[in-house]
Amino acid sequence: MFLKNYILTVYRSVKSLLTGMKITGYYFFHPKKIVTQEYPDNRATLQMFDRFKGEVTMPHNQNNEHRCTGCQACEIACPNGTIKIITKQEILPDGKKKKRLDTFVYHHDMCTLCNMCIIACPSDAIVMAQTFEHSVYDKKLLKKVLNAEGSKLMEGVE
Amino acid sequence: MRGLIEEDYTTQEGEFVINIGPQHPSTHGVLHLKVWLNGETIIKVQPHLGYIHRSIEKMSESLSYRNFIFATSRMDYLAAHINNEACALAVEKGLQIEAPPRARVVRTILAELTRLSSHQLWWASTGLDLGAVTPFFYAFREREAILDIMDETCGARLTQNFLVPGGLMADIHPNFQKRTKEVLKQIKENFKEYDELLTENVIFQNRTKNVGILNKQDALSFGVTGPTARASGLSCDIRKWAPYSAYSMVEFDEILDEGCDSYSRYMVRMKEMRQSVNIIEQLIDNIPEGDFQEKTKNVIKLPKGDFYQRVETPRGELGVYIVSDGASSPYRIKYRSPNFSNLSVLPELAKGCKIGDLVAIMSTIDLVIPDIDR
Repeated sequence: MFLKNYILTVYRSVKSLLTGMKITGYYFFHPKKIVTQEYPDNRATLQMFDRFKGEVTMPHNQNNEHRCTGCQACEIACPNGTIKIITKQEILPDGKKKKRLDTFVYHHDMCTLCNMCIIACPSDAIVMAQTFEHSVYDKKLLKKVLNAEGSKLMEGVE
Repeated sequence: MRGLIEEDYTTQEGEFVINIGPQHPSTHGVLHLKVWLNGETIIKVQPHLGYIHRSIEKMSESLSYRNFIFATSRMDYLAAHINNEACALAVEKGLQIEAPPRARVVRTILAELTRLSSHQLWWASTGLDLGAVTPFFYAFREREAILDIMDETCGARLTQNFLVPGGLMADIHPNFQKRTKEVLKQIKENFKEYDELLTENVIFQNRTKNVGILNKQDALSFGVTGPTARASGLSCDIRKWAPYSAYSMVEFDEILDEGCDSYSRYMVRMKEMRQSVNIIEQLIDNIPEGDFQEKTKNVIKLPKGDFYQRVETPRGELGVYIVSDGASSPYRIKYRSPNFSNLSVLPELAKGCKIGDLVAIMSTIDLVIPDIDR
């Protein structure tokens, strides 16, 4: 009786191990079914999804104009002080003074990519870019100014 | 509780103390266990916490009701969406609004996808802890497909932050339904592989059966929740007992097991994965049309009082307790995290076991360390 049980246990054990081996063996002989991607080699074809949150950017049109009015809604919405907006007074042609964006500072190293600034922006001035290779040797490079040199507010955006 | 806090045990002759962690691969993070041993037998286990404390509760007190949600993604990072959902629901309770039906159904689908991916990672790491390296890659194959769904709709793989009080941040991606159906089809086929690779494996069964017996009474008195408690026959599924979001619209079984050991904790999670697939299949074709977000004021202010909302995460019951004094940020926030209570039962389970069994017990309780410390 003992011997019979012993042999049965050995039989079941070996069978269960072979069942597992069968699956790994199947994939060994079907290399097309393997889904692994070799990352740095597939850089040319690697495409992120269109909603992927990589970093905050400010799109400019061909005339070097952006849509940011400097209203600071994103700065208030940001949970950890990633965005600093510096404004300036601009004198319009009719003599009125108007607040305008001077510098849009974005601390990429502090950003948690939570998307709160994007949904807070009333004029769709900032969007998330789909970049993902952000490592740099110097931490200072992660402090970015989003509005381009000499850029202006787009016509018709209030 | 005294034994947990004070080191009141003096080692006898032949006994010794070892430290597992804080940087040990089997502790899934930075859990530090001080283990008193006599030969290979465990006399006492003492968890040391605090290595990954980020004071999320205190930080939330200075953030607005819309903003404090993002930090909870970093608590239980394998179920970030469900943590976000708990906070959003708690704020909605205070505002006395309800998310539109479309938002509620999408939240439920995303929550169940999260549960699937979380259980898959748990399955992978349980195999790894017990010496089976192969299953790890098989689980990650499907998990990656689920994370792609998250990536496409929410914009991030793990820390989604897709919810705002009142609904969703954006509408679902046009590909969402198609991609989810494809992934579910693949996952259902692969459950068979999971069983053949690990569940039926004789080494795995010998290492988990009759190891770490947690009886129903202990589970109740230690406040254990989730699959760990359900494997001891304790019915505690919040989705059944206090349905939130769209759980009242779907039919599913609460998985209970009377085995009380590590193997039944494993089996409960394996069956729960199939239930999650079942829930998503019922909802994916029935996403109602309409708004995805209830309009809220720019600055959300909750009325004076306290609000409590609990949800079922893959590891148990998560409670969010908000005390409001009428201002635009919470006066106090308390998270009742499932992992903290589940960890408290570990010293009890490990007593008298062998040192190798400690890993089996720890991995079938399924601890996520950042959720313990917060």
